[in-house]
Amino acid sequence: MLQFILRRILYMIPTLIVVSIISFIIIQLPPGDYLTTVVTNLRATGETIDEATLAAMEQRYGLNQPIYVQYWKWITGIILRGDFGQSFEWNQPVSALIWGRLFLTFAMSLATLLFTWVVAFPVGIFSAVRQYSIGDYIATIIGYIGLAIPDFLLALVLMYIAFKVFNQSVGGLFSPPFVDAPWSWAKVWDLLKHLWIPVIIIGTGGTAGLIRVMRANLLDELHKPYVTTARAKGMTEFRLILKYPVRIALNPFVSTVGWTLPILVSGSAVVSIVLALPTTGPLLLRALMSQDMYLAGSFIMLLSVLTVIGTFISDILLAWLDPRIRLTQ
Amino acid sequence: MTASVHPTIDEHKQAPPPKKAEAEAKILVASQWTLMWRKFRKHRLAMVGGVITILIYLVVLFAEFLAPFPDAAFSSQYPYAPPQPLHLFDRTADGLRFWPHVNGYAVTINQAALKREFVVDREAKVPVRLLAHGTPYKLLGLFNADLHLVGPVEYDEDPTRILIPMYLLGADRMGRDVLSRLIYGTRISMTIGLIGVALSFIIGLTLGGVSGFYGGMVDNIIQRVIELLRSIPTIPLWMGLAAALPSSWKPLQVFFGITVLLSLIGWTGLARVVRGRFLALRTEDFIMSARLDGNSTARVIRAHMIPAFASHIIASLTLAIPGMILAETSLSFLGLGLRPPIVSWGVLLKEAQNIRAVATAPWLLLPGIAVVIAVLALNFLGDGLRDAADPYGR
Repeated sequence: MLQFILRRILYMIPTLIVVSIISFIIIQLPPGDYLTTVVTNLRATGETIDEATLAAMEQRYGLNQPIYVQYWKWITGIILRGDFGQSFEWNQPVSALIWGRLFLTFAMSLATLLFTWVVAFPVGIFSAVRQYSIGDYIATIIGYIGLAIPDFLLALVLMYIAFKVFNQSVGGLFSPPFVDAPWSWAKVWDLLKHLWIPVIIIGTGGTAGLIRVMRANLLDELHKPYVTTARAKGMTEFRLILKYPVRIALNPFVSTVGWTLPILVSGSAVVSIVLALPTTGPLLLRALMSQDMYLAGSFIMLLSVLTVIGTFISDILLAWLDPRIRLTQ
Repeated sequence: MTASVHPTIDEHKQAPPPKKAEAEAKILVASQWTLMWRKFRKHRLAMVGGVITILIYLVVLFAEFLAPFPDAAFSSQYPYAPPQPLHLFDRTADGLRFWPHVNGYAVTINQAALKREFVVDREAKVPVRLLAHGTPYKLLGLFNADLHLVGPVEYDEDPTRILIPMYLLGADRMGRDVLSRLIYGTRISMTIGLIGVALSFIIGLTLGGVSGFYGGMVDNIIQRVIELLRSIPTIPLWMGLAAALPSSWKPLQVFFGITVLLSLIGWTGLARVVRGRFLALRTEDFIMSARLDGNSTARVIRAHMIPAFASHIIASLTLAIPGMILAETSLSFLGLGLRPPIVSWGVLLKEAQNIRAVATAPWLLLPGIAVVIAVLALNFLGDGLRDAADPYGR
């Protein structure tokens, strides 16, 4: 097991390096360098620029040096000092802006993951055990539609319904008094009261996919001889299904976390823009629009890095659950 | 009469009725494609999906004919005008007569909100006709034509204006016809799906093929790259790359830029499928014998391997198109993908980004329904093709 974990960590390192390089490329892509943008912005607001400040910034980001030196300065700054650079739009260090939003993004993604499981598990079992029943057809149809509706469209339609029918807006994650309040149990409760709308919106697609996988896997298992044996022994049907075939069919729940997590994080980016949630999405979009590249690049990098780590954890979990995986290779 | 009947068993029994024997003989000699087609035909949802897909691509081809107005034609008179129902018959003193028309609008000015409000006026009638003359265009880019499937009898010569209102699906912020824009948007959205899939297919086939055919170190590296790309949340990455497209680019350049971006990240799924098929086929006896016969590697791949998995690839390609369409729609919706004056479903939905706009004009959400229909149809079609391509499937 230890060997497996070590090997997975070794695989993860190049991934993380490439992710950081891609993020750095994104930061570098817009024409003109960071400093010129800052200078133009300061000029636009009519402020004078201190030559010494300019020189200090040039030194800090290595702007006159070759690109790999710039990358090296940027990445070592992040790893050693947690310095992600400066957001010129907010005139604050990037690190002051992102952590709270990243936390909410991943809290939302995890809540969505749980929602996906809680719904897909019973519905998938039902669909397989009662194959071709009305319930199965309904689940299949809802599943297909859930896969076909883009997240943001679902968000728009829900907002429209809430606006028309209940005459209220559904945006945000907190009620007004809690937005700037420090964390407390009351605030967490308030968050939970708002969280379910985006969770349902983001989770629909994933739930639909998982129901189909669960149904297909369980259908394969249900006709195997060991099920007949158990039935012949006189086991109750309910116990039988939960005890044997479901346990085998459960594997996709863990093994799909790896690719579910990136999809959820992706989905939450778009949905939170529509619903104006205080997560990474809206700030990332704004940063990209105003070419606030250190902020945008940091978001993209941290979202990717955390997703890679999440995938890593799910792999470890899967290996722990299923000996076949840690023993191969 | 399924393909799974074993004809050899019948040889030992009494001769089957001649008709049955004939059908079975047909199955025995049927090509793989014929067998697939038979299996596919039984999959009802897939057939429906296939028909809808064909219809959608017909809309793509004949957009100019089907759309009553050019996509950019606007009217300052009718912003957010609601849909006008199309009536085929007119009730007169002499009874019903065939006289297609739409109801006009009665405009009231809401003093409180200071905006124009439209009510469909049952008395005012705008005569329309099937195959009406309208703005001239080039059919399929070849033939000069000016016929439109439906259009007002009277029309304005100026292609940038709409003077006679016929908004079957309502009007947008600038009084442009939502139906016409939806039809033109279909062209862009469905094409970007096709081109994007074609590009990712080329990347996926090459890399997946190399990976599966040679195995070993090369395979390992390519697999790591695929895992890497799959472990990154795509939409933030797409957003970052799309935002970097120079704003000085012309709409057409942006179109191709976005397509290339989508396929650069989207090829991984196809590469996996191709690799899987290559790995499975590599050890098959018929490939071995083809090699022993002295065929070159290129010939083994082209003449023996590709025909063996072409059907699977087609199914995977079909299933990859919806992903492209959804990605383009999301990006354009955020304002990072295609930009006006190009009309795509995502660009149209961007109009509906604001909840106030949606509340005044819910018909702006109609392009979303088009997205759902197209994605569903392609999914059903792809599922059916995949089942049909699998010779061992139930």
